[in-house]
Amino acid sequence: MLRDITLGQYYQTESVIHRMDPRVKLGGTLLFIVSLFVFGGYLGYVAAALFLGIVIRLSHVPFRFMVKGMKSILFLLLLTVVFNLFLTPGTVLVSFWKLNITLEGLRLAVTMAVRLALLIIGSSVMTLTTTPNHLTDGMEKMMKPLKLFHVPVHDVAMIMSIALRFIPILLEETDKIMKAQMARGADFESGSIVKRAKAMVPLLVPLFVSAFRRANDLAMAMEARCYRGGDGRTKMKPLVYQRRDKVGYLCIALYLTAGFVLGRLV
Amino acid sequence: MEMIKTKDLVYEYIRRDEEGNVEGLTTAVDRVNLDVAPGEFIAILGHNGSGKSTLAKHINAILYPTEGVVLVDGMDTSQEAYLWEIRQRAGMVFQNPDNQIIGQVVEEDVGFGPENMGIPTKEIWERVEESLKAVGMYEYRKHSPNKLSGGQKQRVSIAGVLAMHPKCIVLDEPTAMLDPKGRKEVIRAVRALNQVEEITIVLITHYMEEIVHADRVFVMDQGRIAMAGTPREIFSRVERLKELRLDVPQVTLLSHELQKKGLALPDGILTQKELADELDRILAGN
Amino acid sequence: MAIIFDHVNHIYGEDTPMAVKALDDICLQIPDGQFVGIIGHTGSGKSTLVQHMNGLLKATSGHIYFNGEDIYDKDFSLKKLRSKVGLVFQYPEHQLFEIDVFSDVCFGPKNLGLEKKEAELRAFDALRKVGLPMELYYQSPFEISGGQKRRAAIAGVLAMEPEVLVLDEPTAGLDPKGRDEILDQIRRLREETGMTVLLVSHSMEDVAEYVDRIIVMNHGRILYDGEPREVFSHYKELEEIGLAAPQVTYVLHELEGRGLDVDVNATTIEEAAETIWAAVKRGKKSGMSPGRDKTSSGKF
Repeated sequence: MLRDITLGQYYQTESVIHRMDPRVKLGGTLLFIVSLFVFGGYLGYVAAALFLGIVIRLSHVPFRFMVKGMKSILFLLLLTVVFNLFLTPGTVLVSFWKLNITLEGLRLAVTMAVRLALLIIGSSVMTLTTTPNHLTDGMEKMMKPLKLFHVPVHDVAMIMSIALRFIPILLEETDKIMKAQMARGADFESGSIVKRAKAMVPLLVPLFVSAFRRANDLAMAMEARCYRGGDGRTKMKPLVYQRRDKVGYLCIALYLTAGFVLGRLV
Repeated sequence: MEMIKTKDLVYEYIRRDEEGNVEGLTTAVDRVNLDVAPGEFIAILGHNGSGKSTLAKHINAILYPTEGVVLVDGMDTSQEAYLWEIRQRAGMVFQNPDNQIIGQVVEEDVGFGPENMGIPTKEIWERVEESLKAVGMYEYRKHSPNKLSGGQKQRVSIAGVLAMHPKCIVLDEPTAMLDPKGRKEVIRAVRALNQVEEITIVLITHYMEEIVHADRVFVMDQGRIAMAGTPREIFSRVERLKELRLDVPQVTLLSHELQKKGLALPDGILTQKELADELDRILAGN
Repeated sequence: MAIIFDHVNHIYGEDTPMAVKALDDICLQIPDGQFVGIIGHTGSGKSTLVQHMNGLLKATSGHIYFNGEDIYDKDFSLKKLRSKVGLVFQYPEHQLFEIDVFSDVCFGPKNLGLEKKEAELRAFDALRKVGLPMELYYQSPFEISGGQKRRAAIAGVLAMEPEVLVLDEPTAGLDPKGRDEILDQIRRLREETGMTVLLVSHSMEDVAEYVDRIIVMNHGRILYDGEPREVFSHYKELEEIGLAAPQVTYVLHELEGRGLDVDVNATTIEEAAETIWAAVKRGKKSGMSPGRDKTSSGKF
């Protein structure tokens, strides 16, 4: 079911990472991802793994929970490893049938696997510790300079946050309509692809009708509460950097320098 | 000055067929005159399609009159300049609780209105706190709206309007999608706002038992006001209410039945106690 | 014996920290032709219960039998069960999708694999049974009124010609007249076809005068199960769980408390008026003091 996706869903708990300004987390995550591709050498990855390990520890999110979320992309990870392992030319280590495992291939496969794993876990730490609302707030504020180029930053953020609010409602609705049609003998699970696509019509039409109705109602409710775009709007929870956020930036800077230096050493 | 005043309000809309050709005009509200004094509790009754919701949307300047005038706290709703002032002074709560909650956390939703009005951050928090307390939802301030019951969601919606410090709240069938428990919660909250905060209430509903406490009741039918009066005056006309596709509380119906059988009961009995007292009186007279 | 529940449990989100026990050891028999009301407030498990009846939800443990067959048997066809136990969801008009009402009603019978002609005959029959005016048959289901949409949606289930019809809150969101019309239509339908009907509702007053039997659900359990008058005699306990008995029950108990010799078991207004009238005529009063009564009054 759609509802079982746990990858990167917000994990409610109390921690310094949870309380941190979303801009620090967003920026940190971006820099962390970049660092994975910039750092050379194994020590660079050790630094990255260490840094991530500390952040996870601080976040109070059980590591088990993160790994559980990774199950769904395990396949992707394996595929990368297999491709790199067998398809990289170089010094042959082992060879059977038509496939060769080369030294370079092995090295590349391990690097890619480590990179991907760190990347996925790293970015899921952000979504696990930041509410979607906070995240959109952070993005809105970070992208504010784009306003100069007439990018409707506020509206995009508002759209995102409304979408996030309505996803669970629409999922529930999908489930309900599906059941209602199944009660009328609809079959969503068997038959050819064409047949299955056709079977979606009784699900999608009511779903769209309902989504439009909700959108209409919501627009009216927002206007009734004096919503008129981002101008002149104040914030209930404005983003203000605290001491911990400055420390956060400092830690990221330290990590980047350390990783860069270590990466060069080996 | 009246809180709300409508003068010969007419609202018409154009019906179109599938190709977009004009099929005809529908008059949803037909020459309605309404005066609501500050602090009053008004109920508007009517079956689906009687025009009561259309009328309600005029008070919040969501719809504008085709003919006639709507004045909210003395401001003409058709004047663009007053638009936001009117929407702040006359708040509106809608039927479907899911489709009017914008925030993903209860307190954020309540803060949405004040944010739009440009209220300073510190004051927003004060307003959110007092509004949530007024509807008894303060302990849920950190919850996700999706996890609340229908009655709780509607109370959050009411708090969201309250945080804008309105003088008047229009509730458009706020209980139609709730179970009896949720309905009671919402009506209790609305009554408290009227009595404690002295906010003018316009309650639109088709549930008769919700209007018992209103100061005045208007019954709408085919876009017109078909009946007006105190709840007791309205309830005393059982046959007319049935004609207008409305329900009458069982006690009132029972009293009406007994009247028909020949018992000398007064018109418009609203509560069980009244009926029991009247019966006592009759028996004591024997 | 149409439907039997044998120690049925249902747990949502089993094996997660958010596990909720929605049905708790339900044992139930619903004989052919009965008109049953299932009452409970939101979250009491009543909707979960009825979704087990046509196999849309599978019990976590326990057995369900339909006409003597275990519906969880390997060779038991759930698709066939769904045509025998027609389930009308809450706000069923939200499932309408076809270009016109008539095609929409044909959806069910067509899914049963019936020929076009047979499916259309059934659709006509179903639309007639729900009392939808003929001129609406070929209108878009999105352009008719709320009450008409609901009838069309109910017809969509009826067209499968089920033996058992289950309606989940069929009157939700309708105005009083619309509500009475739908309930009267369901009663007529039952008289005409003799089918078993289960009516899920949160309002005792609505179902009291229609059903033969009331099942009260609370926290996933069956709290009371019996004839309406039997169930309403627990009006104080019902009040505690947020379900009110019909107002007449309160009135009669109040009058009895004041010493008037009335039959407190009357459930409809006509019955209540009858017994009060009789009691007043007899003028039977025994040691009572008017107006000084402790029973609660003024429910609303």
